[in-house]
Amino acid sequence: MKHPARLAWQALLLVALLALGGLLVATTAGHLQERGIRSGFDFLLEPAGFALGESLLPFESGDSTLRAFAAGLLNTLRVALPGALLAVVVGVVVGFGRLGDNPLVRALAGVFVNGVRNVPLLLHLLAWYFILTDLLPAADAALRLAPGVFLSKSGLALPWWGEAGWELPEPAGFSIDGGARLTPEYLALLIGLSTYSAAYIAETLRGAVQALPPGQRLSALALGMTPRQAFVLVLLPQAWRAALPPVTSQLLNLFKNASLAVAIGYPDLVSVAGTSLNQTGRAIECLLIVIGVYLLLSLLAAALSHRLERRSLRGMAP
Amino acid sequence: MIALRRALFGDPLNAALSLLILAVLALTLPSLVDWALLKARFAPDVAACEALEHSGACWGVVTEKARFIVLGRYPAEQGWRPALAAGLIAGSWVAAALGWLRGRALIAALTVLPLLALPLLAGGFAGLDAVPTELWGGLPLTLLLTGLGMAGALPLGIAVAYGRRAPLPLLRGLLTAYVELARGIPLVAALFVASFLLPLFFPGDLAPDMLWRVLIAIVLFAAAYLSEIIRGGLQAFPEGQRSAAAALGFSPWQIQRWIVLPQVLRHVAPSLTNSAIALFKDTSLVTIVSLYELTGALGLALSGDAQWRPFYLEAWLFIAAIYWLGCALLARISQRLTQA
Repeated sequence: MKHPARLAWQALLLVALLALGGLLVATTAGHLQERGIRSGFDFLLEPAGFALGESLLPFESGDSTLRAFAAGLLNTLRVALPGALLAVVVGVVVGFGRLGDNPLVRALAGVFVNGVRNVPLLLHLLAWYFILTDLLPAADAALRLAPGVFLSKSGLALPWWGEAGWELPEPAGFSIDGGARLTPEYLALLIGLSTYSAAYIAETLRGAVQALPPGQRLSALALGMTPRQAFVLVLLPQAWRAALPPVTSQLLNLFKNASLAVAIGYPDLVSVAGTSLNQTGRAIECLLIVIGVYLLLSLLAAALSHRLERRSLRGMAP
Repeated sequence: MIALRRALFGDPLNAALSLLILAVLALTLPSLVDWALLKARFAPDVAACEALEHSGACWGVVTEKARFIVLGRYPAEQGWRPALAAGLIAGSWVAAALGWLRGRALIAALTVLPLLALPLLAGGFAGLDAVPTELWGGLPLTLLLTGLGMAGALPLGIAVAYGRRAPLPLLRGLLTAYVELARGIPLVAALFVASFLLPLFFPGDLAPDMLWRVLIAIVLFAAAYLSEIIRGGLQAFPEGQRSAAAALGFSPWQIQRWIVLPQVLRHVAPSLTNSAIALFKDTSLVTIVSLYELTGALGLALSGDAQWRPFYLEAWLFIAAIYWLGCALLARISQRLTQA
């Protein structure tokens, strides 16, 4: 394309975009006026007027909406970060299982990967939520998994630092006192997210190892290494580099998938935004916050993974 | 036999693992068979199911609720319409998976049949009652969202991929921003936008139904992912072929249409089907904005029914099996496409 033509096309595009944008703004403003909805971010400083099911950041309905969003974001991170760690650990174990020479382990890992990946994540979450809230015994008949660890309809009670130092949870009538408590919503989301991502990570690892040229393994064996040494010392370091970008993208997916919390009532960022949106009618503002936070964290993760990749490539021939 | 024994018990670690797995299987398999088959009840009889106290599966919940879960709230006396609509779309998948359809016929079937399912579900002509989109649900809706979503996202994805290679910096910048935006946010957020924001963008009462708004969101969301796949394919395309075609007198348009695009699409077909599988599973999220496809219909069928609700897990397994089958079908299509 010749230069003037290019300029003309871009000018045309710009005009069309400005026209469309103006039209959208005008239409939206009309709708907002007609429904009597004010716009602006001032509502963030006003009392939220709703409570959260749980939050790390102490929160009451009289606190500001901004604090509610912060508590929501913290809740997202509280499930996504341990979830990512669990997903990598389980994914690596299952991936190695699928690559191993034991046919039983291979079959079991295969069943896990195919069973988990072919069912939507939302269904996983609903099943875990049902199991944790409907099938478990009530708190007065809680399952005692270990000293001070109780599992029941009201969640998982764990030993934790309390006001009086290290506390072991104790059954007390119809509830369990002391220690820390993980709610069924949190547990369902944590288990569902991490197993789902683990299945994908396992598959990625398997693909990365199997994509290596067969000569690598054969020459390692020819040098006198045992199969296990060849795997750990020769195949794994190379496969890890190939697997790093897809694994980071899986972890980013896990973080985005944490928004499914809204379906089982865990107050993550998106469900706080949904509640606040219904309460104030400020749909544009609430969704802009959600989109902004996710984009920012995606960019951050991209930069981090880029650095990690560069580090892992250091010392390698280009 | 010796090889198997060596593989299972060759060294201490493997022997321990094998024994552990065998022990767990020996402990759980019999009770699983007991639960799922031997002690299970298949008749829709709540009293009999309750008497089991979960020692056996109550498949009666599936017998009782299957129709509602699979077809949703669609008017019962018109049940043949959603059934036929689902059959059309699923049929095209089966035909593609079995390799009966190839090339242009395949693409035509995968795009035209979901479009045919639309008027069938909507009605309002030739003596068919008009059925509002709020009442569409179950498996037909899942298949429709997947089929139409892909049919809309593929052309858009191709256009975006080409647009990002155009010699117009403004266009490139805009499209890059769109792709990064769509890929950076979760689908749930996109569905919220479709549900709450899109109505504000249409003048007067012209905003389309939730179904169409959700479909717009799904198409825009999926197209961003597809465009990245196609862009990768275009980048990997060998330059020599382009030059050769140009030397033979092909116009730039003809080169893309007859030389580049067919090969690129075939090359990235497995990634495209992977996206279709992801979309098929992701359609379950539309239940969050009150469209009752398969997953939503499951909730709708059981959450308000105290009698049957305790047997949620059995109904869940039924739905999971349907999703599993759908994913297996699409994966099979992917294999076919790479063989062709």
